[in-house]
Amino acid sequence: MARITLDNLAHSYSPAPKGDADWALKPMSLTWRDGGAYALLGSSGCGKTTLLNIISGLLRPSRGRVLFGDRDVTDLPTAARNIAQVFQFPVVYDTMTVRQNLAFPLKNLGLPAAQIAARVDAVARMIGMEETLDRRARGLTADAKQKISLGRGMVRQDVNAILFDEPLTVIDPQMKWELRTQLKALHREFGHTMIYVTHDQTEALTFADEVVVMSEGRVVQAGTPQSLFDTPAHTFVGYFIGSPGMNLLDAEVRGTSARVAGTTLQLARAYAPWKGRVQIGIRPDAVRPATEGLPFRLIRAEDVGHHRILRGEVAGASFNLVLPEDEPIPAGFDRVALDPARIGVFVDDWRIEPLERAA
Amino acid sequence: MDKPVNNRAWFLVLPVLVLVAFSAVIPLMTVVNYSVQDTFGNNQFFWNGLGWFQEVLESDRIHAALGRQLLFSAIILAIEIPLGIFIALNMPKRGFWASLVLVLMALPLLIPWNVVGTIWQVFGRVDIGLLGHTLAALGVDYNYVNDPLDAWATIIVMDVWHWTSLVALLCYAGLQSIPDAYYQAARIDQASRWGVFRFIELPKMSGVLLIAVLLRFMDSFMIYTEPFVVTGGGPGNATTFLSIDLVKMAIGQFDLGPAAAFSLIYFLVILLISWVFYTVMTAQRDLP
Repeated sequence: MARITLDNLAHSYSPAPKGDADWALKPMSLTWRDGGAYALLGSSGCGKTTLLNIISGLLRPSRGRVLFGDRDVTDLPTAARNIAQVFQFPVVYDTMTVRQNLAFPLKNLGLPAAQIAARVDAVARMIGMEETLDRRARGLTADAKQKISLGRGMVRQDVNAILFDEPLTVIDPQMKWELRTQLKALHREFGHTMIYVTHDQTEALTFADEVVVMSEGRVVQAGTPQSLFDTPAHTFVGYFIGSPGMNLLDAEVRGTSARVAGTTLQLARAYAPWKGRVQIGIRPDAVRPATEGLPFRLIRAEDVGHHRILRGEVAGASFNLVLPEDEPIPAGFDRVALDPARIGVFVDDWRIEPLERAA
Repeated sequence: MDKPVNNRAWFLVLPVLVLVAFSAVIPLMTVVNYSVQDTFGNNQFFWNGLGWFQEVLESDRIHAALGRQLLFSAIILAIEIPLGIFIALNMPKRGFWASLVLVLMALPLLIPWNVVGTIWQVFGRVDIGLLGHTLAALGVDYNYVNDPLDAWATIIVMDVWHWTSLVALLCYAGLQSIPDAYYQAARIDQASRWGVFRFIELPKMSGVLLIAVLLRFMDSFMIYTEPFVVTGGGPGNATTFLSIDLVKMAIGQFDLGPAAAFSLIYFLVILLISWVFYTVMTAQRDLP
């Protein structure tokens, strides 16, 4: 096990990258502590899998270094990195039984048979496949095969890290929840560094201690689920995390006031004047129906069980509110009030910090 | 689940049955007809029972030809299947070189049998052939006209040159269908090169490999044109394979009865050996 450091890493699939768009991964530096549970979150094509394959050595980065502990492994082949990886679609060795599949990585290490057998039994229990151990892998269903892949990923105990590339895509929802809980338990028990790639924020936020949000080949923010929710560093994070995502409105910010569509809002802190596209962002749960404030047009209300989502518009931009279940919707309300303490200010999509002293 | 049973569906296969009857069954029946009758010419036939079959089954000449044929097919399969797999594994997977190699590999398959025979007949000649003359110049005592071993070597090398491409191309197609994730998983699992071949590539190739083995077996077991052009079945009877012997018997000697019995036995032997290959090679697949 080891700390993983990405030092000025960048990758392009084209041999002679020209523009920004040629870079699948833009330069980034990150450190993952030994034994942490991390999630790489982002929409499809944002470079998550590329990053994962660089860590496991399936891809060599165009620039920068990968370090395990203090050791530079950038040029080491996958087999020498001692890492486990589970892919999005099940990979099983067709001609082998389930037992042989699980034992394969251990056999390749040349471990004694008794030790292999004990470890295989433990993993089989973990993925709930003790009954089918002697079945051939070929005829099994897709989610059974994926469980075998997960099991093969977890069977070695001394790996530097376990990487998961959207491993639960083919698993049905009930089993998904169960396996995720087991992965968590496994992490607590053995303390492997785990890196979990997903585009599903629920998976990322429930699995990881720290979530790395990626967009268009760039790490836009790395932090705890709470900090991603409260202080998104980029409008993408605000929009991507939370359901519904953060409301964003074009605004003119001067000192402690923001002007949106002719209405002036109070801010909790003062901001220096910025050039560029200025927006304010607020979470839907920090907005209340009101009699004065921003003009709001309600389009529809959705009851999602433990709360209600009111979908509407402010100054032509879509704008959502979240109301607790027991709170009635005021008849014909056409204004909303924003909690000043929870308004964030973004310039050209990046969050800016307020001035130290309130003006 | 209940399947509807409707015997009128048989009418739908009638056109195929008629077609197959005219293209295969009726011609085959004339052979069956010859095989149980004898004639002294004048189109007068009389019943001979299983006499020709008995004669063929007891014939030393045909036993010897069958032995040569089995040996030839065994050598061909033993060389072309592993060599084809080896070439397929080493062919470039994509890009310009992949296309180039594919075209080069396909070239021998496009040459007609008798042309292949002529090419090697000339190529191997000691007086003017590039191969034969070069070997002679190097002091190798090579002469496929007089030496049975040299004749065999020439025909085998010719067949390997002509048909290994088929095995290689079939295996290549099988290999191309393996997703990258399998190779990546094997690297993660620290599998050896042999492990990758044994547990990923070979299982994924098993389907096409079965086809390759059957095709190469049947074709090599029925080989006629190339050895006929190169050696004419000689020296002596050294390269007289079953087809050559059959043609000699049917057309050279005009022994239609024995030749017909011989054909039927020949056909059954091919069917039997193909069935054995099929059963053995698919047994693995159908295990629980």
